[in-house]
Amino acid sequence: MLDIVKANLPALQVVVPLVAAPICAMLGRGGRAWGFATFISFLTFAISVSLFSATYAGQPISYEMGGWAPPIGIEYRIDGLNAFVLMIVSGVAALVMPYARRSVAVEIPAERQAFFYTAFLLCLTGLLGVTITGDAFNVFVFLEISSLSTYALVASGAWRNKRALTAAYNYLIMGTVGATFFVIGIGMLYMITGTLNMADLAMRIAEHGDSRTLRMGFVFIFVGIGLKLAMFPLHLWLPNAYSFAPSAVTSFIAATATKVAVYVLLRFMFTIFGFDYAFQASTLENVLLPVAIVAMFAASLVAIFQDDLKRMLAYSSIAQIGYMLLGLAFLTPTGLVATIVHLFNHAVTKGALFMVAGCFVLSAGTSSISSLRGIGRDMPWTTAAFVAGGLSLIGLPLTVGFISKWYLVQASLELGWWPVALLIMASSLLAVIYVWRVVEAAYLQPAPEGVTRREAPLSMLVPAWILVGLSIWFGIDATLTTTAASRAADTLIGSSQILWQE
Amino acid sequence: MTDANALLLALAIPAIAMFLIAASGSRPNIRDGISVAASIATFAVVLRLLESIIAGARPSVTLVEVMPGLVINFSIEPLGMLFATVASGLWIVTAIYSIGYMRGAHEKKQTRFYICFALAIAAALAIAFSGNLFTLFIFYEVLTLSTYPLVAHKETPEARAGARVYLGILMTTSILFLLVAVIWTWSLTGTMEFRAGGILEGNIDPVFVPFLLALFAFGIGKAALMPFHRWLPAAMVAPTPVSALLHAVAVVKAGVFTMLKVGTYIFGIGFLGRTGASEWLVWLAAATILIASIVALTKDDLKARLAYSTVSQLSYITLGMALANQMGVVGGAMHIVMHAMGKITLFMCAGAIYVAAHKTKVSELDGLGRKMPLTFIAFAIASFSIIGLPPFGGAWSKWYLLLSAADAGQLVIIGVLMLSSLLNVAYLLSIPARAFFSPPKDQMAHSLGAAALPSKGWEEAPLFCLVPICLTALGCIVLFFAVGGIYEYLLSIPISPETAP
Repeated sequence: MLDIVKANLPALQVVVPLVAAPICAMLGRGGRAWGFATFISFLTFAISVSLFSATYAGQPISYEMGGWAPPIGIEYRIDGLNAFVLMIVSGVAALVMPYARRSVAVEIPAERQAFFYTAFLLCLTGLLGVTITGDAFNVFVFLEISSLSTYALVASGAWRNKRALTAAYNYLIMGTVGATFFVIGIGMLYMITGTLNMADLAMRIAEHGDSRTLRMGFVFIFVGIGLKLAMFPLHLWLPNAYSFAPSAVTSFIAATATKVAVYVLLRFMFTIFGFDYAFQASTLENVLLPVAIVAMFAASLVAIFQDDLKRMLAYSSIAQIGYMLLGLAFLTPTGLVATIVHLFNHAVTKGALFMVAGCFVLSAGTSSISSLRGIGRDMPWTTAAFVAGGLSLIGLPLTVGFISKWYLVQASLELGWWPVALLIMASSLLAVIYVWRVVEAAYLQPAPEGVTRREAPLSMLVPAWILVGLSIWFGIDATLTTTAASRAADTLIGSSQILWQE
Repeated sequence: MTDANALLLALAIPAIAMFLIAASGSRPNIRDGISVAASIATFAVVLRLLESIIAGARPSVTLVEVMPGLVINFSIEPLGMLFATVASGLWIVTAIYSIGYMRGAHEKKQTRFYICFALAIAAALAIAFSGNLFTLFIFYEVLTLSTYPLVAHKETPEARAGARVYLGILMTTSILFLLVAVIWTWSLTGTMEFRAGGILEGNIDPVFVPFLLALFAFGIGKAALMPFHRWLPAAMVAPTPVSALLHAVAVVKAGVFTMLKVGTYIFGIGFLGRTGASEWLVWLAAATILIASIVALTKDDLKARLAYSTVSQLSYITLGMALANQMGVVGGAMHIVMHAMGKITLFMCAGAIYVAAHKTKVSELDGLGRKMPLTFIAFAIASFSIIGLPPFGGAWSKWYLLLSAADAGQLVIIGVLMLSSLLNVAYLLSIPARAFFSPPKDQMAHSLGAAALPSKGWEEAPLFCLVPICLTALGCIVLFFAVGGIYEYLLSIPISPETAP
């Protein structure tokens, strides 16, 4: 029995939450749906941990769906990179679920909660599926599963604020455009190669060489994923979606959805277009690099002028995605390590910060910064968590943010691009400003008269502090994350035939 | 107790004191007692370490490996030991002084104050003991953050604005320049270790040395080199004990200490001298010395004047490093001690004047010397020391800096140092002179009637304030006579690379 489970772990990783979702919908009101969904999220986390440890040695796992051998059948392929991402996604889900109960109880009517958790599990399924699969079309399918359920999750913020509906609608339109671009791109690749398996695609594209169709396919996929990951000019859906979604949803998708999209980008750039493709290299340097730098500055500047905490953090996310894309645009091993390590670091940091924002929403009823005046005294633990997370966002030493900055700057100095190094640092100073606005309001301004705010319940504080703790732990001892990241980068480099600049 | 354990203990005592202070927040006497006891215990451990260092021991402890190759490591060498001794020794007097000041001035949230204070001291000691650039950078930032609540302590709009400037400038310089410099050094040499004679020679194209030095010199914002000095006057909104210990001793000295340390152990004095990379820094430091002194002359606010005086004096130490010879390092390091002793006295006097007479402006001090003779005598002694007159400590550090300038053949710098002394006389000595020799402003007394007539008796600050002031003022004189030992000790700072056995 155990052997069968063990042999089928890659499938179970996706199937367990997928099957659990409709069951969850049938559990009705009360705590049952929540309890079941929480159990499932723990289970998926356990599965992804065992997958991670199985691939840690460096040997990738290949799993044939339904026994059909690739490239005909669908292959699930787990190597150092996506095992790492799987663990991030399911780990955040396992932390968000305990957090969700109290937060959801306030933000969503009781009779709808079972559906909410169903959508949550579907979203989890989609994100895990995108990450685990080795089949390009399968990526599209799971991307749609996660996107559709995310639209529903964002819209469920409407009970708190009606604007969630327009936010979800906007997200739906833009997300669908992105998905369409993506699927058109895959169609073009299929036209050239006649296959959808990633490894097979990579081989045949390399044989095929450059052509106009390939370029079009590349551009369509690049833009499609760019929309999903909120690459700078394509980010318009993100601030509203993050601000109006229920708090638990925001912390979950902020920590995972964009990270998974970055993973997909990495996978397509390096595994599929993995030969020495001049067009790709010039796109990265001439399009992605400026876009990333503009994102770092523009989004941070906009964040400075936001009055709503969740919205401010949303803009900060766009800027942080800029860092990940920057690491990618360097096209060096160190840059790649920077991107992958920031994937984890930012997931932990932003997850924690959005959880804190949710605690503020629960106690103060709003997340506007002006209403958080003096809250440091009423909610000491929550506010302290914000400060710790904020320091990590700035990238101060002993936090994970510092590790990311370190690798990014090192990567840019290795290339001799010292102006970029200075720009990275300058943009983190903008983070100082927007984080410190909140810190100042929370600690140094008097509380408004006649307002009582209670400390958030333990079920919300503990998950938030676990994430904060992780962001400090892996800032002090980053050996595990950086080793995992450099292994993941090695896998990517090994699977591609690009001539890497040293 | 081994030296390594003593090292960790010296760092742990203030850190543990933080928690004890937090736990005893509701009982002020116990809380303040803990802070004084912790300062004495720390100093005792530091003295014990000093003894071993003089005997030639070089303890080293590695805590964790943060990233492959990057470790948090503490190792003691003579320069760091000197800074640690100064910071922890003066913590005792400030801890006692704070009790008098904070209670006398009825400050709120004293528990938070003492917690942040202990954390700042722990960070300063960690900077002093750091064995590599990476560790130093970490605790440099911890020091910035832990002092932010102290600067903003009063929570008034001015305090918030001042604290914002403070944090803004220190963060900007440290992240934008210092961190880039640190990572650049790392990618050039593959090491972060402070090594005698420096680690850069042979690893860097000499053309880039001035640029890297510029990143370090401006990145170490705590050294208040112009044009990044604005945070220091801005931080004067803090309660006076903070200005005294942190902005005359721990924070600013952490800055110039880092400067000396980088000059000696990263670049290497010999390397700097040969490449001439620090030539520009000599002139910038000289300009800062003069400009800050002139600005100090124009300030009527007592603490602001002292702040600009600090900006000017810090550049003496930067100058010592930039002159790039042994006398420069000795003079600079010695100035850390001499200036700390003098400036802490001046700041504590300013605080005592505020507590006892509620005066903050120089122009209001007329005739106050008769009411507060001890305070103003101490002020005068400390001023003499800062000016550099014998028999006060400051004379020696200035002497060695002059020797260093002569060694380097920089005659103009000798002139600058002399001119600066004259300016010091003008802006410092005018204060006790006014207090003792100008008649009190009489119209005040008339308008307020008999109650405000100058009374015959002394109206000094509380004893808790006065005793530390007298101690440090005496210290300024003692240091003049104790200089032989300090000089011998400072000669043990390794200047040239150790030859392999």
